Amino acid sequence: MLYREAGQFKTSYRADQRIFPILQDRVVVGALLLVAFVAVPLWGSEYLVSALLIPWLILSLATLGLNILTGYAGQFSLGTAGFMAVGAFAAYGFQLRTPAVPLLLAFVLSGVCAAGVGAVFGLPSLRIKGMYLAVATLASQFFIEWLLTRVGWFTNYSSSGVINAQPMVIAGLAINTPPRRYLLVLAVVATLALAAKNLVRGRAGRAWMAVRDMDVAAEVIGIPMLRTKLSAFAVSSFYCGVAGALWVFAHVGSVDPQAFDLTRSLQVLTMVIIGGLGSVLGSFLGAGFIVLLPLFLPSVLSAVFGTALRPGLLPNIESFIFGALIIFFLIVEPQGLARLWQVTKEKLRLWPFPH
Amino acid sequence: MGHPRQKVGEVLLEVSGVSLSFGGVKALHQVSFQARERELCAIIGPNGAGKSSLLNIVNGVYQPSAGTISFAGVQRKSMSPREAALGGIARTFQNIALFKGMSVLDNIMTGRDAKMHSSLLAQALYWGPAQREEMEHRCHVEKLIDFLQIEHVRKTPVGRLPYGLQKRVELARALAAEPRLLLLDEPMAGMNVEEKQDMCRFILDVNDEFGTTILLIEHDMAVVMDLADRVVVLDYGRKIADGTPEEVRRNPEVIAAYLGVPTEADREAVAEGAG
Ligand SMILES: Nc1ncnc2c1ncn2[C@@H]1O[C@H](COP(=O)(O)OP(=O)(O)O)[C@@H](O)[C@H]1O
Ligand SMILES: [Mg+2]
Repeated sequence: MLYREAGQFKTSYRADQRIFPILQDRVVVGALLLVAFVAVPLWGSEYLVSALLIPWLILSLATLGLNILTGYAGQFSLGTAGFMAVGAFAAYGFQLRTPAVPLLLAFVLSGVCAAGVGAVFGLPSLRIKGMYLAVATLASQFFIEWLLTRVGWFTNYSSSGVINAQPMVIAGLAINTPPRRYLLVLAVVATLALAAKNLVRGRAGRAWMAVRDMDVAAEVIGIPMLRTKLSAFAVSSFYCGVAGALWVFAHVGSVDPQAFDLTRSLQVLTMVIIGGLGSVLGSFLGAGFIVLLPLFLPSVLSAVFGTALRPGLLPNIESFIFGALIIFFLIVEPQGLARLWQVTKEKLRLWPFPH
Repeated sequence: MGHPRQKVGEVLLEVSGVSLSFGGVKALHQVSFQARERELCAIIGPNGAGKSSLLNIVNGVYQPSAGTISFAGVQRKSMSPREAALGGIARTFQNIALFKGMSVLDNIMTGRDAKMHSSLLAQALYWGPAQREEMEHRCHVEKLIDFLQIEHVRKTPVGRLPYGLQKRVELARALAAEPRLLLLDEPMAGMNVEEKQDMCRFILDVNDEFGTTILLIEHDMAVVMDLADRVVVLDYGRKIADGTPEEVRRNPEVIAAYLGVPTEADREAVAEGAG
């Protein structure tokens, strides 16, 4: 009975067009933001913040990026990690060569670099679709990795190919503790998630989905194919680029180009599918599932089996269960966690009256 | 029947000598006709006569192998569907071509895409002008939703709607572009009697209220005779008749080709027409 929209009449299109039209949703989201922005930095343990929340938020951003491209615009891509790498190495380059550029602006510019690269590699999408496009984006993945490894300029001629992120400073404040790094990541991710929500519920999102659902009809309506597809590639790569920059600067501190290999691309793709194609919320849920599950599984397993198992067996069982869970999810709810959440909410709305 | 003929204005669309073939199949052969401003013109003919192909040529989905199209005084041999859309031609499809994963409202809003201009950045920030633009177009779309009586399903994904309603949503999406020329490919196919009546009323209202010129493909002769100011008959890719519904119904070639074996009533009609 608590989750009800009865009596909440929308009196204007503006009210109807809100991201969270239902009052209870707004309350919950407000509470969540309060916890995330105030409670966690104050009382969260270092493990929670550094090992769980920061990587989860950053990978959610990359997942959101790929979701814009694949979930909303319907264009396959296996190049996500490549675009993350562009963002990471660009941010490093900006900090190295143009130290006068403030950190946040450097992040934005590295996103813009990734967007440009993404748009170029999106050009084949005008001619090819589906699997073939996936293979073309695979080429971008390998090409970017190769370029960053072979051209010393990108790594400032580091002999190992590893780059070390410069210390982060914003307006004189050093971002050098886990809570500060977390707050930076959270602020960037929350802002970009809001921007993504605005895009997908507006004209850009409609054009992307129109091209995804029926490109002939979209063209007949007058939606420009070239601009729509390339904008999806650019926006998507922007998000991946910023995620890559955050990954180096706020999470791992130093990386080589191999940190952004095909495995990473596939991981993000899995997050999109598990979370739900074409859902902003789903991007966070999917990333959460993939990041958090491997961390909880070992403790669950050792609680169940105790010491009965040979130590070497545990990792194998882990990956087995992990794989099985993914398949289970795809069968039970092919539209992902976001859909599962929506169904639960609809049931909640009717509860306790089943009809 | 009995629409005032004086409503019709200048020639808006002129198709001259258009031919089209797919491999060996001649879908259209030297077809010419005109549609005047505010006219409701029906295109009829047996299955495979080339009706859909003709619409596809008019809005640039197919390019004719010969002949020209002139629309609103501009003559051209070929153009892209997008150019046609920007020029004021909208259409619906024989097999519904809605965006299945989107709500009714979003589907119709896409029809206004060409009229919206705010940049990606403005949309992402959803500030002043971008928000105002969205609201303005939403208002316009809501009027269409009212007009076509689909308020109750505005937020429903179109894939979940019954066939008849989907056809209506597709009409709404085409109308959202405020077209000068509306191409309707069998808008009533597969509908029950009641749905057909509704659709007929909507088409007439669009023609009357918005002054939209309409090219309509339809099989139901009763509907055609009722709605159309003029009828063009195609058979095997050729135009075999063109005139008022009355004239076309009495045309012996049409009776032979389209209506099959002439009935007693038709023979009388032909005799009257000849006499
Ligand atoms: N895309 C296409 N490829 C090949 N043949 C086609 C295509 N579209 C139409 N045709 C052929 O052109 C002819 C006319 O088809 P169409 O215009 O769909 O007829 P109608 O709409 O009058 O039933 C048919 O013989 C059909 O098989
Ligand atoms: Mg047809």
